[in-house]
Amino acid sequence: MSSLISVKNLVKQYGNGVKALDQINLEIEKGDIFGIIGMSGAGKSTLVRCLNYLERPTEGQVFVKGRELSKLRGKQLRSERQKISMIFQHFNLLMQKNVIDNICFPLEIAGVSRKQAKKRAGELLQIVGLEEKAKAYPSQLSGGQKQRVAIARALANNPDILLCDEATSALDPQTTQSILELLQKINSDYGITIVIITHEMSVVQRICNKVAILENGHLVETGTVSKIFANPESDAAKSMIFGEEISVDQMKGKHLVRVVFRENSSFEPVIGNLILRYKQPVNILFADTKNINGTATGEMILQLPEEEETAAQMIAYLEERKLVVKEVDDDVSI
Amino acid sequence: MFQFDQVVIDMILKGINETLFMTLMSTFMGYVLGLPLGIALAVTDKDGIRPLAPVYRVLDIVTNVVRSIPFLILLILVLPLTRFIVGQTYGSAATVVPLVIAAAPFIARMVESSLKEVDKGVIEAAQSMGAGNVKIILKVLLVEARTSLIVGVTIALGTILGYSAMSGVVGGGGLGDIAIRYGYYRYQPDIMIVTIVILIVLVQILQGIGMLVSAKLDRRKKA
Repeated sequence: MSSLISVKNLVKQYGNGVKALDQINLEIEKGDIFGIIGMSGAGKSTLVRCLNYLERPTEGQVFVKGRELSKLRGKQLRSERQKISMIFQHFNLLMQKNVIDNICFPLEIAGVSRKQAKKRAGELLQIVGLEEKAKAYPSQLSGGQKQRVAIARALANNPDILLCDEATSALDPQTTQSILELLQKINSDYGITIVIITHEMSVVQRICNKVAILENGHLVETGTVSKIFANPESDAAKSMIFGEEISVDQMKGKHLVRVVFRENSSFEPVIGNLILRYKQPVNILFADTKNINGTATGEMILQLPEEEETAAQMIAYLEERKLVVKEVDDDVSI
Repeated sequence: MFQFDQVVIDMILKGINETLFMTLMSTFMGYVLGLPLGIALAVTDKDGIRPLAPVYRVLDIVTNVVRSIPFLILLILVLPLTRFIVGQTYGSAATVVPLVIAAAPFIARMVESSLKEVDKGVIEAAQSMGAGNVKIILKVLLVEARTSLIVGVTIALGTILGYSAMSGVVGGGGLGDIAIRYGYYRYQPDIMIVTIVILIVLVQILQGIGMLVSAKLDRRKKA
């Protein structure tokens, strides 16, 4: 039981017989920024709510720091929740309380004195960079500012874990970027483990180190973000990673391969050398660079020559250069 | 034509006094009973924070039954209870008893609907912080719904003021009593009209104060 959060054979079935989650197994280590990605209706929100028992699983167990949540009753569970904070897509701030009182709220619940709570709230406002908004009401704030207040509120009781339920889905791209940077800072400065629920691959790419892909209540793939990005196995993972950008043009032809470049492969002009060596043209059908965990990662879809032997040699050549190469279907329409 | 001499003016002043006493006292007592009842309805309903179908069903039926009885009939129906509590069945103090019984379920329904307007996400956020149900009721539901609750108080005051006037039929005291005695039994419509105008002014004042307070307390509007 070394993991911080450990989910075993979790099933969540609703009264109408629908299984929102089926046999989920998940290990989240301390210090992770763990992404759980899936389309809407995949069961992500249910899964994250099982991690703090806002939803009770039908079967299976959830361990947090080795403690099984189903064994905790009333008060114990509520005090455990103070160490598992949560932020939401729609921020869920108290609209009738100002910023400072919103941040004091979880402290008030935990029984911290008013004076100490105010002091702590002041520190937290500084962390999220909103000192001048202490007396403002949520209706006077922008979406990004509201989420910062929600983050400050979530940090109030010094949690071990921060659960983010589509925390950037209601924000524009720039605000999303700044909120993600803040989460990253919280993770590295305070060692808080973060679980991020999202439907956007870009969010996972930017800050997560590990990812689990959820599809129709099943966990189809789990692993480090760099591994899954380089070598997605499930269809769900592929469609998440390739996205919609290439779905418009169907690529027909034989010997299509997807090549993934890491930072260390950018010194050598690999494709150029490949062509020079085999004296055969290759067709670049698609190329893109993505930022994964702060490192630029390139991907390319190449059409290799018809001739089987040359194609096989070319693949071997690319693999020798430590590139991840994977054959894709004749008809890529991901 | 009737003369508005000192006697009549004193009578009307006394009527205003009695009406205000009945209205404010009954509203206050109505909330003493209706607020917990309304909270119980909101909390135990199937979307509430502590769903309890049997409790909700009982409370739901009780409030509906009491609310279905027309006030004039309720007034007569509870006469034995009124006599037991107040010692007499006429006068403004006696009228408070049926008024409270009529107002409590009505107030409970308004409290219930105000509390149900509170954003489910905010309740969930409080739960995720480890707040128990009592804290959620006291620190989230009642606080977030306060504007709507105060609007409810204003509506309750207006309605109870209207009910109190009806009690004039059985000698309940207040402005309604005067209006019925002079306007209906003695054919002196001028006194009746004066009392009606005063009732309208009272309702306007109560409404105005209520709206002002609720607007002042609402933090949702942009400043």
